Amino acid sequence: MKRLSRIVFHVGRVFILFTLIAGHASATSTADHTKFKELQVVFESGPEVTSACIKCHTEAAQQIHKTKHWTWEFLNPDNKQRVGKKNILNNFCITPKSNFEHCAACHVGYGWRDNNFDFTSEVNVDCLVCHDTTGAYLKSGDNAGHPKESVDLSYVAQNVGKSSRDTCGACHFFGGGGNGVKHGDMDDSLAVPDRELDVHMDAVGADFTCSTCHKSIEHDVAGSRYAPEAKHTDDYHMHRRSSDEENNAHCRACHGNKPHKKEDKSRLNHHALKIACQTCHISRMARGGVATRMTWDWSTAGKLDESGKPEQIMIDGNLVYDGRRGSITYGEDIEPEYIWFNGTVRYQLLNEKVVPNEDGYVHVNDFEGSPDDGKSRIWPVKVFRGVQPYDPIMNRLVVPHTTGSDEASYWKHFDWVKAVQAGMDSAGLPFSGKVDFIKTQMSWPINHMVAPAKDAVACDECHSKNGRLKDIDGIYIPGRDASEKLDFYGWLIALLTLVGVVLHGFGRIFSHFWRRCT
Amino acid sequence: MTEKVMIFKRFERFWHWMQATLVIMLLFSGFEIHGSYKVMGFEEAVMLHRTVAWSLVTLWVFAIFWHFTTGEWKQYIPTLKKVDSMIKYYLLGIFIRAPHPFRQSMLKKHNPLQRLAYLFQWVVISPVIWATGWAYLFYDKWEVWGLDKYLVLEDVAFFHVVGAFMMLTFLIVHLYLITTGKTVWAHMKAMITGWEEIDQDAEES
Repeated sequence: MKRLSRIVFHVGRVFILFTLIAGHASATSTADHTKFKELQVVFESGPEVTSACIKCHTEAAQQIHKTKHWTWEFLNPDNKQRVGKKNILNNFCITPKSNFEHCAACHVGYGWRDNNFDFTSEVNVDCLVCHDTTGAYLKSGDNAGHPKESVDLSYVAQNVGKSSRDTCGACHFFGGGGNGVKHGDMDDSLAVPDRELDVHMDAVGADFTCSTCHKSIEHDVAGSRYAPEAKHTDDYHMHRRSSDEENNAHCRACHGNKPHKKEDKSRLNHHALKIACQTCHISRMARGGVATRMTWDWSTAGKLDESGKPEQIMIDGNLVYDGRRGSITYGEDIEPEYIWFNGTVRYQLLNEKVVPNEDGYVHVNDFEGSPDDGKSRIWPVKVFRGVQPYDPIMNRLVVPHTTGSDEASYWKHFDWVKAVQAGMDSAGLPFSGKVDFIKTQMSWPINHMVAPAKDAVACDECHSKNGRLKDIDGIYIPGRDASEKLDFYGWLIALLTLVGVVLHGFGRIFSHFWRRCT
Repeated sequence: MTEKVMIFKRFERFWHWMQATLVIMLLFSGFEIHGSYKVMGFEEAVMLHRTVAWSLVTLWVFAIFWHFTTGEWKQYIPTLKKVDSMIKYYLLGIFIRAPHPFRQSMLKKHNPLQRLAYLFQWVVISPVIWATGWAYLFYDKWEVWGLDKYLVLEDVAFFHVVGAFMMLTFLIVHLYLITTGKTVWAHMKAMITGWEEIDQDAEES
């Protein structure tokens, strides 16, 4: 019932919003793309649209070529790791390697099928996936990022505009293979959020789009989970991104380092030296009514029903078992975990040996930080735990070829050895021929779904014995920490004193009556 | 034979009761902040603790002024004279209705044991609580004032709690000793009205 009323509410909001946008676009833009002759043609393919776009927007495609959205590659300046979607793996669908035909549905390009993709091709840049305003542009799930054949490309091309929560969300809400699966703080409830869900993106309020914070220069969008800024060093306000600042998609860009203005809240500014804004202001994950995945066990995959199709079990609208994927658990409206984080993220790369932690989990990524490195703050993270295939002889995580309909595709033929062999061949990596499973975990920073101030984490949720920060070390938190010895002896002395004066009192009463009787 | 003597002047009584209220509020909110129990909630406890602490500071400004302008501070000059007989009185005499070894007067309103206890209060408990309390209040200024090199929050909190336990113990004893006057309520009455009934035949100290 709650969900239903929410949906009705959202439909109303969408309607209001739509009316606003319709009036808005024509009022602010100096160009009406429906009037451009170049776009009044029947487009047969995505690249045809792009060649029309770059006739006027001459630098656009080359700008895109330099971005992570195109290269799926990122050189971490902190630790020199070559990461990015193309190089790393995760513990969801594991890796796009050997699966580009499917995974490139979220690439800002056309035609990334295999390792031969031409990264210098301008016409293969997909302008529409970010600039569509109609909602009618859809990329095919198995054609290397090309649009679905049903899409009216002329209509979409004539109605381009700025990116929106919908265009960014088309990929980022659905990371990990479904709505809300991956992040815990991003799902399609953010398309038209209310104030309670996200105070900035509130569709009938501040109405931020993703790019209000994630500003771009020359198509390079600010904000990175590979090298996020974990601790603010100096105090400044910056409403527009400047070229010397790599990443302004953070709270400080607008709020500064002393955001708590009221006198009685000023103490909280000092908290910000050790605690990320998100820790208090994003109290729970997956708050929008969409569950996020919490665990994923690939080792149970492979069960087929009588007709030979992968078995599927749904509970409350969530896929909890899938013969193609294994066992999955979900969480909705849940507390994040908390860690010290200094902005450096280390990934487990494909050519590195696995080293499980004391609980047996391999850290697919590691958020580095400590209470005393001077660079860390306490951050909320979603920790996603899984069981995934690895090579027990080489001691490395592996690339499974899951998608497609070829011989080796795991989702077609359910043979791990063949699937991993094909994946590792495609990645150019050695494989022993043995597949086993290993526990892995991965952390995701929680940044979105910022609640209104009244819903921020209350003081005693951390300042208490078994509070949210119970596992955070290296810091003294009043209400959580106390010297057990001092408490023991303190209360003992107070108690003995009390007993002493009570006995003394009884003595006086007793002697009083005793004197009377004698 | 008894006679009525004005022991506690109006300001003194006001000061005492205000301080009593504030100290009890500080103990109550303080131990909640410390995590000993949960009644009003951490945030409310902190707010209350801060407000009350500043109120007590204000009260003390007046009290210190009063003590020095009236010379009443001399009441706290310690003496070891008759401490032994006071101890003997509490351990034995009080049970057999022996005469109180100390005669209260305007000039000497505290018995020798009381003087020592209050001196301990002024010289040990209060400085510990106040020094750590100020440090705690201005924790966010440590870096600006260069104190972060010398102070550790955990230690400051530790000694603040040490002070709190001493204060609590003091309070327990103090509350009990109120009942050890000529009658159970005599001292209490004196602190409310200012007048104490004093045995004329008690020995002048």
